[in-house]
Amino acid sequence: MTSLQTKALSISIGNKKVCENLDLSLQPGEIWGVMGRNGIGKTTLLHTLSGLRPPTSGEIFLNQKHIEQIPRKLVAQKLGLLLQHTEDVFPSSVLESVVSGRHPHISNWQWESESDYRLAYEALDKVQMKDLSHRPGNELSGGERQRVAIATLLTQNPDIFLLDEPNSHLDLHYQIDILQNLCEFASKEQRTIFMSLHDINLAARFCDKLLFISGDGKTKSGNADKLLNTKDLSELFQHPIHVTQGAERFIYTPA
Amino acid sequence: MHILSLLYNIMPSTLRKPLPLISLLFLLSILSFAFAISMGSMHFSIHQLLTALSTNQDSIAHTIIWELRLPRAYIAFITGGLLALAGVLMQVLLRNPLADPYILGVSGGASVAALFAMSAGLAGSWVSGSAFIGAFISIMLVFSLAHGKGNWNPARLLLTGVVIAAGWGAAINFILSVSPEKPLRGMLFWLMGDISNISPNASSLFVLIIGLCITFLLARQLNILSRGDLQARSLGVSVKPLRMGLFLLASALTAFAVTQAGSVGFVGLIIPHMIRLISGSDHRLLIPASVLLGGSLLVFSDTLARVIIAPQQLPVGVITAFLGVPFFLFLLNRSMAGKQND
Repeated sequence: MTSLQTKALSISIGNKKVCENLDLSLQPGEIWGVMGRNGIGKTTLLHTLSGLRPPTSGEIFLNQKHIEQIPRKLVAQKLGLLLQHTEDVFPSSVLESVVSGRHPHISNWQWESESDYRLAYEALDKVQMKDLSHRPGNELSGGERQRVAIATLLTQNPDIFLLDEPNSHLDLHYQIDILQNLCEFASKEQRTIFMSLHDINLAARFCDKLLFISGDGKTKSGNADKLLNTKDLSELFQHPIHVTQGAERFIYTPA
Repeated sequence: MHILSLLYNIMPSTLRKPLPLISLLFLLSILSFAFAISMGSMHFSIHQLLTALSTNQDSIAHTIIWELRLPRAYIAFITGGLLALAGVLMQVLLRNPLADPYILGVSGGASVAALFAMSAGLAGSWVSGSAFIGAFISIMLVFSLAHGKGNWNPARLLLTGVVIAAGWGAAINFILSVSPEKPLRGMLFWLMGDISNISPNASSLFVLIIGLCITFLLARQLNILSRGDLQARSLGVSVKPLRMGLFLLASALTAFAVTQAGSVGFVGLIIPHMIRLISGSDHRLLIPASVLLGGSLLVFSDTLARVIIAPQQLPVGVITAFLGVPFFLFLLNRSMAGKQND
């Protein structure tokens, strides 16, 4: 089990501030949602948290250890990142892509073993792509590509999942199905999910905790039920948002 | 045979997949050598060839095979292997399917230095020595210019290399246009790739083997690097040192190839793509397969280059393209046709 903490984390890109003096503590089993308008720095925050980009100031701790001082391969065993864009220049099959998630767990001179392939097939099964495992990656649709990327991350099997818009390109069924599976898996196995989302209703449905990034370094974090109110949401998106009582849960609609 | 089947049974199943292709290419390599030693102005029977190969008796066949044909096939094979390997590495390094070993100006630097040596009336190892120094200068130039301040991305490296290569290109044209008639033919042959007058040495074989070993150990990291820098880093690959190592290694391989054979075109660009079309992009298969296919192609080409219009010789680079273009188009067409039927 792994925890990820930030102390007085400040990130800026040029003179744009993403966050200032942010103290976060992601604990096992927690499901976090990050929300904010376009270009506010959600992706930058995710990349910084995964150690791919140095923060402007402040510190990030993976299990109480400075993330910059941990070898990248060990970080990758504990922490996985779903990128918004993947770029495959040379053709490779779905299975080859997915099994590459095992890289941090295998030493450089070893080949993937039967059990690595088994994990890859299990992950493909979870995103319902098992039948397409021998397809070349460049013949897939956007949604299928996203599911392959998620399967790769599941094969990596980290304790902390940082997901950059996991539901992008997914149809309605897979948006619910995949987030549902991920979140159930996280609470059962005490993994952490920290994901950027644009859909308030998905955030309300799946997240325990939320982080709002509103620009100029201002952030709000806390329990989801506290932050999901019309005032905070309307302020965050700079757009009036209404809440109505639906059959199963509250429904958030932009005015 | 029994031991072989035992070995096959105990090897991990992942290793079994590449075995057929590698064995086939190994066979092709042996075939290319057989072709090279049997073709030429002197015709020998199979019996003569075999006795010449196996015994040490002093015959014409023995001399021609051991001192002319075999050394030349050996050089061709090593050169082809070096170029194919360098091509694979450049394509991953720059994440660009159009990259070839010469794209970053290594051969340009070598050519300028070699032509200088030729126009000064030097020959033989003086030319190859200057070529190596020229290649080295070009590598360092590109490395330091592209390194700059921390940011070492493929786009910057590619542009720096391409511009330096263009600069060398202009220098080559300058030297060609001011040099007298006499050395001009030799210069043109050198530029088109020519292995007719070099003596074999062990150093480039050594470099090829070292390169193969290093890249084979890095192969899985290369697979992941070709999925993008961010993805590679988030999967625990140290991208920056890997990129620098790749650049230096690919450049060194190219420098050795260019030094012994001039700029033989086509092999480094097309061979990696051929293997990708046949068997996918896993570098653990791609790397050894490319070396074998690149080596064989150059042995076949060089043999044809010396027999087609014998006693005159053609530059081997011309033949590699003549053989490679149709073969590549065939593979490309086949794989595209397969896609339509899916």
